[in-house]
Amino acid sequence: MRSILTVLGFVCFLGICLWAYSKSAKQGFDEAAQLPFTDDDLPVRKDPDQQRKEG
Amino acid sequence: MQSQATYNYKVVRQFAIMTVVWGIVGMLVGVIVAAQLVWPELNFAEWFHFGRLRPLHTNAVIFAFGGCALFATSYYVVQRTNHVPLFAPKLASFTFWGWQLIIVLAAITLPLGITTSKEYAELEWPIDILIAVVWVSYAIVFFGTIAKRKTSHIYVANWFYGAFILAVALLHIVNSAAIPVSLTKSYSAYAGVQDAMIQWWYGHNAVGFFLTAGFLGMMYYFVPKQADRPVYSYRLSVVHFWALIFTYMWAGPHHLHYTALPDWTQSVGMIFSLILLAPSWGGMINGIMTLSGAWHKLRTDPILKFLITSLSFYGMSTFEGPMMSVKTVNALSHYTDWTVGHVHSGALGWVAMVSIGAIYYLLPRMYGKTEMYSTKLITTHFWIATIGVVLYIASMWIAGVMQGLMWRATNPDGTLTYSFVESVKASYPFWSIRLLGGVLFLGGMFLMFYNMVKTIAGQKAYSAPVVAPQAAHA
Repeated sequence: MRSILTVLGFVCFLGICLWAYSKSAKQGFDEAAQLPFTDDDLPVRKDPDQQRKEG
Repeated sequence: MQSQATYNYKVVRQFAIMTVVWGIVGMLVGVIVAAQLVWPELNFAEWFHFGRLRPLHTNAVIFAFGGCALFATSYYVVQRTNHVPLFAPKLASFTFWGWQLIIVLAAITLPLGITTSKEYAELEWPIDILIAVVWVSYAIVFFGTIAKRKTSHIYVANWFYGAFILAVALLHIVNSAAIPVSLTKSYSAYAGVQDAMIQWWYGHNAVGFFLTAGFLGMMYYFVPKQADRPVYSYRLSVVHFWALIFTYMWAGPHHLHYTALPDWTQSVGMIFSLILLAPSWGGMINGIMTLSGAWHKLRTDPILKFLITSLSFYGMSTFEGPMMSVKTVNALSHYTDWTVGHVHSGALGWVAMVSIGAIYYLLPRMYGKTEMYSTKLITTHFWIATIGVVLYIASMWIAGVMQGLMWRATNPDGTLTYSFVESVKASYPFWSIRLLGGVLFLGGMFLMFYNMVKTIAGQKAYSAPVVAPQAAHA
């Protein structure tokens, strides 16, 4: 029983590897990789440096 | 919150500031205990003794400094990559105040000698219950935010943060099971070698999930952002994630080599620790190669310097770790300062440096600015910290190997060549170098604090508006 679970776990992991390197996953991954860049997280408030000089 | 929705920056800001504060406190206690080893006279009171301050140091740097950094960055990343403000903002606020209360309670109880004596799980049962409540709230906020996301994909950094949150809940609740006898005293629910195994299953996965998976989540967001390029290989990050998840849970027994733990269990622990080298290096390569084609940015950008150097230390300590888990190597290294050096190459070199880089990224954004008050000071911080880590780990390697060799040396007639105290005497110079390394690293944190105060001074807290996902501009 324990050996079966180990083998199943390993097969499952191999499956994940094959899937990750398959062509069908590629497009989704390319989109996901861009997620941090789908919004600009630099502040939009006007001229914060000016405020620093005043402050 | 209805018409002009903004991201919840408040809780991120609170945790980010407290990361720096607790970093200074935790590392200061570390410097004190290092000094106590050099000058034993400094152990002047019961509550100021090495044995009581050491757990305060480890708890403060791991759970207060590291914990706040993880809360801050995970709350930021989960909002920005899913394009929604935090789920249950009041609960998020509760996680902040609850976590600070836990830290204060730890700072009071540990010097008083109130402890379960389980390493990295020293806090007594009432505090353990509070931790469990805060942690479950954290999980609700984090996964609730993912559930209402505006994107179809869940960015890989969130996978790592999610695994860290789930695994730590499981580890903490199982390992902290205890029978209370009074408000300040409890006994573990497990006995003997089972207790030891559960403790190190917890202990090693505290390293694997708290100090690794969570910070890898940080790496997968802040390295691409700061380098302004997507991660080197997204498919590698997926394999990296699952390989870590499948293997880390089994590595704990390497903390119990040559003990009452059955031999086969020790061997399983050793083999899984060796396998761990592959996913660890996969992750390191993925992070560092994200910079390929943009290496020149390393020259001018100290935040990138912090992030990329942290990955180099991650690679170094995840090579060292599997090697030390080999039984024959462990026979030399265990109980020596080599272990202490290994832990600090991971804790200072990897965990602290990646956190420092991420917090330098976050702080100005929390106040509507584009950068810290002084970039030069960040560069100075980087070099002081790097020299500090190198001094620390090099001295501990030498001291550790020397101690191991002295303890096992025998004369032709079978008697021990050295008494224990001789190995202590021989260690003094290296303990002094370690103290110097620690002082340098702490000094860097003071620079960070000054830079933070100057960045914040006179600025209004800022919360960025929620934006719908657009096509990437990068």
